[in-house]
Amino acid sequence: MRKTLHLVAPLVVLTSASLATPALAEAAAPKVDSGDTAWMIAATGFVLMMSIPGLALFYAGMVRKKNVLATMAQTVVCVGLGSVLWFAIGYTLAFTGEGALIGTLERLFLAGMGMDAIHPAAKTIPEAVFMIYQMTFAVITVALVAGSVADRMRFSAFVWFCVLWLLIVYVPIAHWVWGGGWLTPGDNKPGILDFAGGTVVHLNAGVAGLVAALVLGSRRGYGTENLAPYDLSMAVIGTGLLWVGWFGFNGGSALGANSRAGFAIVATHLAASTGAMTWMFLEWWSRGKPSVLGMISGAVAGLGTITPASGFVLPWQGVIIGFIAGAFCFWACTKLKLMCKYDDSLDVFGVHGVGGATGVLLTGVFAAAAVGETAGLLEGNGKQLLYQLYGIIAVTLWSGVATFVILKVINLMVPLRVTDETERSGLDIALHGESIHS
Amino acid sequence: MKLVIAIIKPFKLEDVRDALTGLGISGMTVSEVKGYGRQKGHTEIYRGAEYAVNFLPKMKIEVAVPSDRIDKVVDAIAAAAKTGQIGDGKIFVTDISHAIRIRTGETDTDAL
Repeated sequence: MRKTLHLVAPLVVLTSASLATPALAEAAAPKVDSGDTAWMIAATGFVLMMSIPGLALFYAGMVRKKNVLATMAQTVVCVGLGSVLWFAIGYTLAFTGEGALIGTLERLFLAGMGMDAIHPAAKTIPEAVFMIYQMTFAVITVALVAGSVADRMRFSAFVWFCVLWLLIVYVPIAHWVWGGGWLTPGDNKPGILDFAGGTVVHLNAGVAGLVAALVLGSRRGYGTENLAPYDLSMAVIGTGLLWVGWFGFNGGSALGANSRAGFAIVATHLAASTGAMTWMFLEWWSRGKPSVLGMISGAVAGLGTITPASGFVLPWQGVIIGFIAGAFCFWACTKLKLMCKYDDSLDVFGVHGVGGATGVLLTGVFAAAAVGETAGLLEGNGKQLLYQLYGIIAVTLWSGVATFVILKVINLMVPLRVTDETERSGLDIALHGESIHS
Repeated sequence: MKLVIAIIKPFKLEDVRDALTGLGISGMTVSEVKGYGRQKGHTEIYRGAEYAVNFLPKMKIEVAVPSDRIDKVVDAIAAAAKTGQIGDGKIFVTDISHAIRIRTGETDTDAL
């Protein structure tokens, strides 16, 4: 019976094709799906929630009391300014056309994006939803970088950084990896597998953060004074919001309400849990006490590391990736940083940079064709690992060099660092004229 | 009149208050303070960074008492605040030259 069906089916398709071509063309036309659209609108809200209040609380809880508001201000300005820039020019340069390096100006100020417009990468949701979903990724990536320069960057310099870095670093890289650029996999073209932003978001922000920390120099008193966090309970709340928001970040990257989104969320949650526990036990074993900061750092490390792999891997692989993430990032934040003597204040490189790169490589190892249609090393496609490595090198180079140049250019207009006196007295009052307690 | 200033472990505050209430002492002032004596501090570790915390949280109690009751008050505080561990705190006693109750204008021991 089955065989007959198989034989007959192509015949039916052939006949109907020759008889009724217009009907077929109609069926192939993109159609907005209400379920997909509903999920993507929700996922957009989730990812925005990761920035404010998620990242704002996570970062502000880890700085000193005198700099809490200044740290939150950086995230807020990334959301406000970054969103408008994305609307004006960021989206069109990242996600239109098939240029190898950069997109076109077709959607400048969202021109031509009508009610029925659909993006080729997401054919079942309105383009407006795709555009704003991608917007939330762009703004959180810039906000992540701020953690490296916490406690010492001048706010006006950071505003300049936000504008230039979004347009010169984030937008091209998003285009390369996701928008049809030279790293985007195509029908006959190999590319990098990056489901939700291991390169575009995490490695990118981590490398930029490291460069920014080196260009600005260490905080006053780094290594000699007590720079302990003001309120880690805020950081725990922030982590919770990031963790839940990540369901939208990774699950939403399936661009629809489907099994792949479900698998992405499962892998994401398992990696976060494993990452948190790995860090906790390593710290418990090596330093005698399991710190809460360690647990939440491990969770964020697991989340950042699974990001490129979610949507390509099976649940048990998410567990392995979370374990590796917890171990690598623990080492990067507690050993590598001290060995190399850079003051990446909130460990953007140690968590997001190291985690992002690790996750991108592990995606090349673990990718399961049954989940994401592309096989990795374990399923016999060793070449994919090379493509992943290629992507990491490209993103690291562009992010590192361009961030350095951007900071040097801003420094010609306005000093990157606050004055010594401001740094001592605190940025909240000196830069923003307010303090958290009256 | 004497002023008793006692620096004690924060979790001992209720024990000390109960002991003083039992003696009929009807008022005191407390403040959260930080400091160190023989207990020194401890270290805290945040990711890779290790910080020495020198100032530990303590509670400071100030009680004004008539001179004839000072020994009982000091003994009661010392007994209630004692754990036997390092860091139990200290008690200081000084003279008060003058006291006024603002509402009524009563002075000295009448004001206590």
